Amino acid sequence: MKTLSKVFIALVFVIMYAPLAVLILFSFNSSKSTGVFSEFSFRWYAELFSSPETFLALRNTLILAASSAAIATVIGTGAAIGINAMKNKYVKGAISSVTNIPMMNPDIVTGISMMLLFVFIGGLLSVTEVLSFWTMLIAHVTFNLPYVILSVMPKFRQMDKHLPEAAMDLGCTPLQAFFKVELHSILPGIITGAVMAFTLSLDDFVISYFTAGSSFQTLPLMIYSMTKKEVTPDMYALSTIIIVTILALLILSNVLGAKGDKKATR
Amino acid sequence: MKKKILSVLLLVAILAVIPAFSSCGGNDLITLNVYNWGEYISDGSEGTLDVNSAFEDYCAELGLNVKVNYSTYASNEDMFNKLDSGASSYDIVVPSDYMVERMIANGMLEPLNFDNIPNFKYINDSYKNPFYDPQNLYTVPYTYGMVGIIYNSAYVDEADIGSWDLMWNEKYSGKILQYNNPRDAFGTAMYKLGIDVNTDSTEDWQRALDELKTQKPLIQSYVMDEIYNKMKGESAYISSYYAGDYLTMYSDNEDLAFYYPEEGTNIFVDAMCIPKGSRNKEIAEMYINFMLSEEPAIANAEYIGYASPNSLVYENEQYIADMQDWHPDSMDILYPELDTDGEYVASYYKNLPEESLSTLNSLWAELKIDTGTETWVYVTSLVIVLSLAAFLIYRAVVRKLRSRMY
Repeated sequence: MKTLSKVFIALVFVIMYAPLAVLILFSFNSSKSTGVFSEFSFRWYAELFSSPETFLALRNTLILAASSAAIATVIGTGAAIGINAMKNKYVKGAISSVTNIPMMNPDIVTGISMMLLFVFIGGLLSVTEVLSFWTMLIAHVTFNLPYVILSVMPKFRQMDKHLPEAAMDLGCTPLQAFFKVELHSILPGIITGAVMAFTLSLDDFVISYFTAGSSFQTLPLMIYSMTKKEVTPDMYALSTIIIVTILALLILSNVLGAKGDKKATR
Repeated sequence: MKKKILSVLLLVAILAVIPAFSSCGGNDLITLNVYNWGEYISDGSEGTLDVNSAFEDYCAELGLNVKVNYSTYASNEDMFNKLDSGASSYDIVVPSDYMVERMIANGMLEPLNFDNIPNFKYINDSYKNPFYDPQNLYTVPYTYGMVGIIYNSAYVDEADIGSWDLMWNEKYSGKILQYNNPRDAFGTAMYKLGIDVNTDSTEDWQRALDELKTQKPLIQSYVMDEIYNKMKGESAYISSYYAGDYLTMYSDNEDLAFYYPEEGTNIFVDAMCIPKGSRNKEIAEMYINFMLSEEPAIANAEYIGYASPNSLVYENEQYIADMQDWHPDSMDILYPELDTDGEYVASYYKNLPEESLSTLNSLWAELKIDTGTETWVYVTSLVIVLSLAAFLIYRAVVRKLRSRMY
């Protein structure tokens, strides 16, 4: 039974990581082929770093992801606080399920409806170029919001409700009580929400596709447009770099988290 | 209190950073929005010329502060929808022939001022006044190319090549690739049967469908850009694709060979146009003119690998030598003798009328989907959804009953 479970785990890992392994392997291929590995080389990495287009797209993607994650985190945390403070059980339930709709909605529906809305408003204000960085930002904040709310809400439930009351007993104003006590207990939720919003915005294609204007192209949009000819292997190199960065961040956060836990148990 | 100040500062910082990135200042900065196919311009990789920044430098010499804002699309339809939504404006687009025709008909293109494009004189006469722009008011051709058959000479018998029949040859069953897009797939069958590819007779389309149905069991898969890897990796031996893309595949697998089928084939032209709503029409015309000048035109032609209608390119000795380095017969492959005394027949895919398009789409669906599976899929999904709903209701009811008991 034990060997069987080991085999099963190995199988799961192979299925999960085989595509990434193949991608990383072929990013070091000296030829363009993804069928034959001819020779180990850094050719595509060199090409990646000499291509201004790619870096512009990467920069755009990072700006969009960071700003939409920041805005969504602020708004989402505020929304979670508001929903949590609601007295009426039914209204509370209704509001929290309504905020979940953008998450359950297929991306394509969100994307098209966003585009229609922007074009409609653009028509009302008679703006010719309504689609721009700002429309993309609005769209990304919209689909990021539910994830932030969803990761902050449980932290309120876990928190001892008497903590802010105790703080106020000891002389805090409600606002001070929030920043000094409540914020600390919901902080892990906020961070999770922000990270999730960042990664979701980073790899979103469908919604960006419909809301992007002429002046702002993100990486997923650029890679998609390459499919008419061939996706060049410098994209494999870029993906490899992204995977390694994420892996490093993950390991770092796990190590730090483990240390924090040790301190807490002491 | 400190935290409060910190959070306010953070918010201010965020709000301050965003505009700084999105709109770079500069009083007389002109932004030229160019919307082109992906991988369709020499971009400076591997020591090639970066055409867009070369254009910016060229403008700087003239005292103009121009920034080229380059973005890319994957299909004519993507580009058309983006423009048609009216929500974004571009100064240059590069649609294919049939799409130009459609855009002109919809009044989406701006007539060009050819006084600003003197290099137009270098364009080959065969590509002036094309069917999609009979008076040549709106377009300047950028690249063109023809579809041919690519085969692996290590596996395919030389005796079998020459016509479209190769794609129907049972000897190579399971090693043939067909387009996964209705127009191109039907095109192969129609050229084989000698049917006009722009026909409006339903009967002709039906005949092409029957031909594709006989081919279906021989086909390995219906593909688009996976063609590259399948052909290079030798998992398939036969497919039809553009001449320029064949040269790209040849660089990785020298067993691959190419020919134009004797029955005739498809030709396309991608042309530079200025869409209505462009705010920098003169700069856009300057850009078009710059793309036709010798150095950028050759850099683009060598980067893309497609044929250029520009005589500065195809008569340039360095270009010819470079292309022959790439593949010994590349000049003959890219620039075959066309139409002289019926020497070779190449025809355009024209914009089909609505009726033919819907015929084509329903016939394509008939080819791709075996009848019967459709309803089966819907029924299964419905059953899954219903049983899920039933389960949820059952659980809710049980819970309620239990809570009542206590």
